[in-house]
Amino acid sequence: MSHTKVFGRRSVLRGGLAGILATSTMPLFFTRGAYAQEFCNAPTGDTVTFGFNLPLTGAYAEEGADEQKAYELAVKHLNGEGDGGLINTLKPTVLKGNGLLGKKVVFVTGDTATKADQARASATRMIERDGAIMITGGSSSSEAIAVQGLCQEMGVIFMAGLTHSNDTTGKDKKRYGFRHFFNAYMSGIALGPELAKAYGKDRRAYHLTADYTWGWTQEESMRQATEALGWQTAQAVKTPLGAGDFSQYLTPVLNSGADVLILNHYGNDMVNSLTQAVQFGMRDKQVNGKQFEIVVPLFSELMAKGAGPAIKGIFGTSNWHWALPDEGSKAFTKSFGAEYGSPPSQAAHTAYVQAILYADAVERAGTFYPPAVIKALEDFEFDGAGNGPTLYRGADHQCFKNVLVVRGNESPTSQYDVLNVVREVPREEVTYDPAIFGGDLGPAEPVPLCA
Amino acid sequence: MFDAILLQFLNGLDKGGAYALIALGLTLVFGTLGVVNFAHGALFMLGAFCAVAFRQILTLETVTIDPTQLNPWGQPLEIRTPLVQGWFGDFGAVLVDWSVPVSILLAIPVMALLGIAFERGLIKHFYKRPHAEQILVTFGLAIVLQEIVKSVFGANPIPQPMPAALQGAADIGALIGLTPGVITYPLWRLVYFLFSLGIIGGVFAFLRFTTFGMVVRAGMADRETVGLLGINISRRFTFMFGLASVVAGLAGVMYTPLLPPNYHLGMDFLVLSFVVVVVGGMGSLPGAVAAGFLLGILQSFASMTEVKAIVPGIDQIIIYLVAVVILLVRPRGLLGRRGVMEA
Repeated sequence: MSHTKVFGRRSVLRGGLAGILATSTMPLFFTRGAYAQEFCNAPTGDTVTFGFNLPLTGAYAEEGADEQKAYELAVKHLNGEGDGGLINTLKPTVLKGNGLLGKKVVFVTGDTATKADQARASATRMIERDGAIMITGGSSSSEAIAVQGLCQEMGVIFMAGLTHSNDTTGKDKKRYGFRHFFNAYMSGIALGPELAKAYGKDRRAYHLTADYTWGWTQEESMRQATEALGWQTAQAVKTPLGAGDFSQYLTPVLNSGADVLILNHYGNDMVNSLTQAVQFGMRDKQVNGKQFEIVVPLFSELMAKGAGPAIKGIFGTSNWHWALPDEGSKAFTKSFGAEYGSPPSQAAHTAYVQAILYADAVERAGTFYPPAVIKALEDFEFDGAGNGPTLYRGADHQCFKNVLVVRGNESPTSQYDVLNVVREVPREEVTYDPAIFGGDLGPAEPVPLCA
Repeated sequence: MFDAILLQFLNGLDKGGAYALIALGLTLVFGTLGVVNFAHGALFMLGAFCAVAFRQILTLETVTIDPTQLNPWGQPLEIRTPLVQGWFGDFGAVLVDWSVPVSILLAIPVMALLGIAFERGLIKHFYKRPHAEQILVTFGLAIVLQEIVKSVFGANPIPQPMPAALQGAADIGALIGLTPGVITYPLWRLVYFLFSLGIIGGVFAFLRFTTFGMVVRAGMADRETVGLLGINISRRFTFMFGLASVVAGLAGVMYTPLLPPNYHLGMDFLVLSFVVVVVGGMGSLPGAVAAGFLLGILQSFASMTEVKAIVPGIDQIIIYLVAVVILLVRPRGLLGRRGVMEA
């Protein structure tokens, strides 16, 4: 009678070890498989697609055109072409200029026409038809808020372009939306003391305000800041976006008793309203025994160029300026200037930085899986991208960095020398409690499936 | 309060001038050819781009590289010199400064030729077709024209500076004995208002005091009878289409310093101008002019803070509200004639 040994000591040990190894490593395989398939537009080939949603027409078309240039430059640098730009100065970074997780970055673009509904439709097309893994762009807060809401529903990360409304990272903030640009509240905090220094504390202000989310929060923040100085608000009048001819809104200013006009306008609207205000002789007027003044809380070099001599001496704030002396600003200005023959605008800068930061977060996370990328971006502290040390605050997805108070150059030496940086307001001074604007980021998981 | 009313009245004049000029051209075409021309706004836009093109030609530059200087991004500095200034010196600089008014000299032949070409090449084939088809074809033409302009000049508005001598504002208040510095009015807007009056006066004088104008008026009243007298009225009506095109074009040229033109400018004005024509009365030239100024001034008054405090948003709808009221009270418009656009 033969005796068969079923379980030997060695085989039990071998089997047990194999079981332990399998149990510990299998979830990794399965999770990796899940990352590859169970989120919107998970890249499967050798390319990954970015969606650039840009206002190529409409009131903010100038900014849109500059953003497009910046995004295309960012894609070049991510793929290892050109001089590398900010990849050389961003600290910390794991980007090497060899694509993203071994895939070449490609892109699609859409025209938002500076309209929220068109921006949403364009983003939907890029996600559903073109397979965009990430949407970025926009030059208006109404677009940004509409698109980040869509991206939250579809589980696609949205890296906002130029958007300055408090609502974007306030009451309308979303887990899938991130903003590098500063906001209206920070503009008010930064600009208030400079206005008091230049124009005194006894002033009457008349606001003309673009009638949408950005204009409303811009006006609210400027009223808070100026009334805290002791200024009075004579009137606050809403104007339609893209009105073109603002003369009918400017004429009531003349006999309102106001001695300061605050133009809460941006893009072509600001170029038109400021130019027309100057045509009405407002900068030559004396009211209440004081020189009449015009303030534009947010403006850029593109707008300053468009407004021509009308911008001379006008106070405002900017997110960034190409003449900043830090290494990041110098590197980006050099790359952009060499590529396009002009210095970049603040819209171009924020667009470029957003694309680079998203790519860096993907590399650090080691996956395109959106919740992992979100986690990599939240509370990310970095430097070397312009404006000094910067924090991507996790609580509201708002970047905190130095804010620039600028003034139209009285004696420009070239067509690009249109703004002077009056003061670089430290990040600590413009940082605020995220609770003041309310809102709820919402969940990162479960990840919605776009298809 | 008087200051505010006077300011808004003045402000309505230049806008009214633009409405009146476009509506005048529309009415000329409708009154002579019986065509509802939806491409008329595009003619206004083309006129504006005549000014843009003229300035771009005047400001063509030669570019030389100065290797001894670097631009902010570290490349050799480009030095640009405008050709016109290089050739004509100070006169060249003056020409560039006054480019908008001088571009009228370019706009007149260009707009006349374009108008005649559109009429002979396309619109004449639709004279006997229903109004709906005329509207469709002229609307299509407008879209084609604006897309051509978009592809050539881009989508962004292109600011056109007014001459340095006409920048700034006139102190109208001081002129009429009120407190100086309160009622000021931009000089260029004053120029635009006077220019529109001049053009309107010229067109009326042409129709009233020339034999050609008399025949055209006769043709507008009874085309068949004029034809039976052996007069080739079609040729004269083609000329009138060219004239309407020039009027719209000149309105566009002079408006460029007030509103930087983009490809969509014509559509922005077209709808308002049709409302002006309907309010004035289809086919009535005095009606179009009167309604143009009336609606421009009303729109301006509706923007007053005191008015908007009573009816918020009234400034956005006042023109359409007035149109509804006028059509209810006087279905033929303010000065409309019996039998026009009536079956």
